[in-house]
Amino acid sequence: MSPNLTALRGSVAIAGVGTFGCGKTPGFSDMELLAGAAKQAVAEAGLTMQDIDGICTASVSAPMWPMPVIEHLGIRPTFIDGTMLGGSSFIAHLMPAMLALQSGQCNAVLVCYGSAQRSSTMNRREISKTRRMLDPQPYEHPYEPMLPPSAYALSASRHMHEFGTTREQLAEVAVAARQWAQLNPTAYDRAPMTIDDVLNARMISDPLTVRDCCLVTDGGGAYVLVRADRAKDMPQKPVYVLGNGTACWNRQISSMHDVTTTATVDSGRAAFAMAGMTPGDIQVAQLYDAFTINTILFLEDLGFCKKGEGGAFVANGAIAPGGRLPVNTNGGGLSWGHPGMYGIFALIEAVRQLRGECGDRQVAGVQTALAHGNGGTLSSQSTAILGTADTL
Amino acid sequence: MTEHTTGIEIAWQQKLDGGEFVIQQCGECQRHVFFPREVCPHCGADALGWVAPAGLGTVYAVTTVRRAAEAGGDYNVSLIDLDEGVRLMSRVEGVDPADVTIGLRVKARVAKQDERGVLLFDRAEGDAP
Ligand SMILES: [Zn+2]
Repeated sequence: MSPNLTALRGSVAIAGVGTFGCGKTPGFSDMELLAGAAKQAVAEAGLTMQDIDGICTASVSAPMWPMPVIEHLGIRPTFIDGTMLGGSSFIAHLMPAMLALQSGQCNAVLVCYGSAQRSSTMNRREISKTRRMLDPQPYEHPYEPMLPPSAYALSASRHMHEFGTTREQLAEVAVAARQWAQLNPTAYDRAPMTIDDVLNARMISDPLTVRDCCLVTDGGGAYVLVRADRAKDMPQKPVYVLGNGTACWNRQISSMHDVTTTATVDSGRAAFAMAGMTPGDIQVAQLYDAFTINTILFLEDLGFCKKGEGGAFVANGAIAPGGRLPVNTNGGGLSWGHPGMYGIFALIEAVRQLRGECGDRQVAGVQTALAHGNGGTLSSQSTAILGTADTL
Repeated sequence: MTEHTTGIEIAWQQKLDGGEFVIQQCGECQRHVFFPREVCPHCGADALGWVAPAGLGTVYAVTTVRRAAEAGGDYNVSLIDLDEGVRLMSRVEGVDPADVTIGLRVKARVAKQDERGVLLFDRAEGDAP
C-alpha cells in the first residue's frame, strides 16, 4: 500500500446524503430522480448547489451523462468524473473524488444517480434489445443467456458444485434481506417471506428463482464529499472515508478465470489496507445483492469467511436482524429496492447506520461500516470502508 | 502472427459461417486464447494465430433459462472448458437441459442459427481425458 494512499485515510468525509423517489414513482425522469436526491444531499450538508464544484455521475443509458447533469443542476465544476463501471461506479467514484479534494482541485463533490427503471415509458424489453445492438457481446448473445440473471446463475451453479452450497443457503440471503426490510418503512417489499417461499418461487435461470433476484424499482441517490477539516463544522455528523479500492478483471461471465472468485479480492484488500483494518473490525456490511449468490461471494472475497464457506456463514439467520453480522440493513437490492445500479444506495445506508439514523433497523453502537458495489456480471467491484470520528 | 484482411471478430465469424471452428494460440507463450483478440492476454505478445481445437470439452458451469413452452421452452446455457484450456459460453443440445450437469463431457459442432454459423455442443461419447 502506497503511503500516499494510506495518508488519504479519513481525509475526506461524507457531509450529506439524499434519496428521492425510491420504489414506484411514475412520472419522473432519470434526471428528475437524480436531482431530487442531489437537492436533499446538498441541503443536508448545509450547502447550496452553487457550492458544488465537483461532480461524479454515471448512467446506464446516456454515455455523456455528466454533461446534462451539470447543465440541469446549473453548476460549473472544476472536477468531473463520469467513470461508468456499472453498479459499483458510485463507490468507485470515492477515490478520484478524494484525490481531487486533497489536491485542492475542488472543495465539494456531489456523487449522484437516478433511474426510472421501473416506471420508464420505454419498456425494458426494448431497452435491452437496444443495448444489445449498441454494446454487442458476440461470444455470449447468440446463446441468449438472460442477462444479467443467467450470469449469476452460472456462478451459483459452480459454487454449489465446488463447495456444496445449497439453494436453501441462497434463500437465507433473500430471507435475511426481507427481515431487514420489514424493519425499514422505506423498503419496497416488506411482505413476510420464508425459505420455502424463495425455493418455490418461479424459476428464472436455474438455480435462481425470482426471489433470488433483486427488485426492479425507481429511485435517485446522492452524497456530498468534503475535506475532513471542513466536515467537522457542518450540520451532519461526519462519516469518514477510511478506505476505498476498485478492481475489474473482465466484463463477460465467460471470461472469468474462476466464476466463484471475483475482483472483490483485490478491491477489498486495497480498501482494508488503506483503512488499516480487517473484516473483524467491521460492524455492519452493505453488500450489493443483485442476486443472492452475490452476498455469499462478497462475504468470502472480502475475507469475512473462507472461500466456499459463505453458504454456511449466512445459514441460520446469521446475517439477518440479531445475527452475527448485520448485512444489508436497509433490505438490500433484494427487498429495499434496486433502481438499475444499486451501489450508491449501499453506501448511503452505511452512512445512515454510522449516523445512528436507522430507527428500528439501527445496529447499536456502529462505528465502522463497509459498503461494497458490484457492476456488470460480477465484472467490476468497489469496496469502501467508512467510520465515525472515533475511528480516525 | 496471422495476416488479416478484416478484424479478427469478422474473420472468426466468417470461418464459423463456413463450418470451421477455430481458436487462437500464442506463438510466444503457446497458450490458447478465446475469445479472439489482437494481443495475447497472457503474455502481451502480438503473436496470435488460428488453430483448430480438438473440439472436446467439459461443462464448467450450467444454467437452464426458463422460457414459456409456446416461445420454445427451457434451454441450456453453459460455460464450457475446452481441453485446450479456454472457456467459452455455449449451449449443449440433444440432452434435456436438466440433464446438462457440471463435468459432462461435450463435443463441439458448428450449426446454423439465423443464417450464421454458431458453435454448439453435444454430449461426447467416452470418458474424461
Ligand atoms: Zn502469449
